Amino acid sequence: MADAPKARTLIHGTDALRRGVPGEIRVTLGHPMENGLRPDGLGNVVARALVTRFECQLDGVLVFAADLYPAISANPYLAFWVRANGPGTLSFEWLGDWGFQHRETRAIQPA
Amino acid sequence: MTAAPGDWAKAWVRALGSGLLGALIAAGSAQAQAQADPRRSGLDYMSPALQALQRDDAQNPAMLWVQDGAALWLAPAGKLAKSCSGCHANAAQSMAGVAARYPAWDARSGAALNLHGRINACRVQHQQAPALAADHADALALTAYLGLQSRGQPLAPPDDARLASLRSQGQQLWQQRLGQLNLACLHCHDQRAGHKLGGAAIPQGHATGYPSYRLEWQGLGSLQRRLRGCVVGVRAEPWAPDAPEWLALEAWLAQRAAGMAVETPAVRP
Repeated sequence: MADAPKARTLIHGTDALRRGVPGEIRVTLGHPMENGLRPDGLGNVVARALVTRFECQLDGVLVFAADLYPAISANPYLAFWVRANGPGTLSFEWLGDWGFQHRETRAIQPA
Repeated sequence: MTAAPGDWAKAWVRALGSGLLGALIAAGSAQAQAQADPRRSGLDYMSPALQALQRDDAQNPAMLWVQDGAALWLAPAGKLAKSCSGCHANAAQSMAGVAARYPAWDARSGAALNLHGRINACRVQHQQAPALAADHADALALTAYLGLQSRGQPLAPPDDARLASLRSQGQQLWQQRLGQLNLACLHCHDQRAGHKLGGAAIPQGHATGYPSYRLEWQGLGSLQRRLRGCVVGVRAEPWAPDAPEWLALEAWLAQRAAGMAVETPAVRP
């Protein structure tokens, strides 16, 4: 966890949700997705550090999840659809190697 | 170098001078010139999916750095604990179009500066903060954030005679054969643009979108990094990071792409 990279995220679409209508949510996590196979400049293998799991919950109910694997590029981008029937809280959680964990929440007010 | 705007202007002067319906051509020249401009951004050589990645801010991964740059703009830095916004206020207004005018002459240091050099000069003089290397994450974040404030505006290299020698040095470097492959920039990016190098399209090499997110890098990188990749690619030894050659090439590339729209932060393969 000590070497966990500073997590940066982009989350789009939460403000544009409409009540009862599926809306697209787009999330990007700033993460190197090191697959554990690449050498660095000195020829030493860079330790594997992957994000392996993403989960989105609406008021504690899982609405979307994804497993991520070594072939996925750095800064993984995911787009998915969410239907909300009223105000609530969307939470976004990324889990990965070496105890990597990053969680963000967004309050939503579907119009 | 057929694509320099100066050459186009000369071609038009010749056309007008030859008396070919001079008045009519003059009336429509701006439009005709726009249609006749053979310069194409690297964006045009990319797949539609990759173009969408650049055009949609909700997908463009470079926005991670832009977001950092926006935070750095507001954050106090250096011994004086002054922020960029303390002097320059709202970047969306104060910095609109600024990135499109670099490299520019800096009277204080008596030398040309690119945007990154300008930021460093500001940091050292006004914030008493250390200068940042070109590919330092904070330097990339700030240049991307400032570049975004000029997105869509035409590149407008300053009409400054003090930059002339730097530009001509850059143009010479552009034409200078380098490395074991003995290739100059122009051999690929002027003479073989649009053809393939391996599986990849060779673009015309207009530096309109830096710092850019390259899929190859899996991250944001500076123009110098991109140029270094080409120099190593022809198996030449790259110049030192602070060598004047990089700035000269950047000044020439800005002149060469004058009038093309800023795309920062661009996405490239």
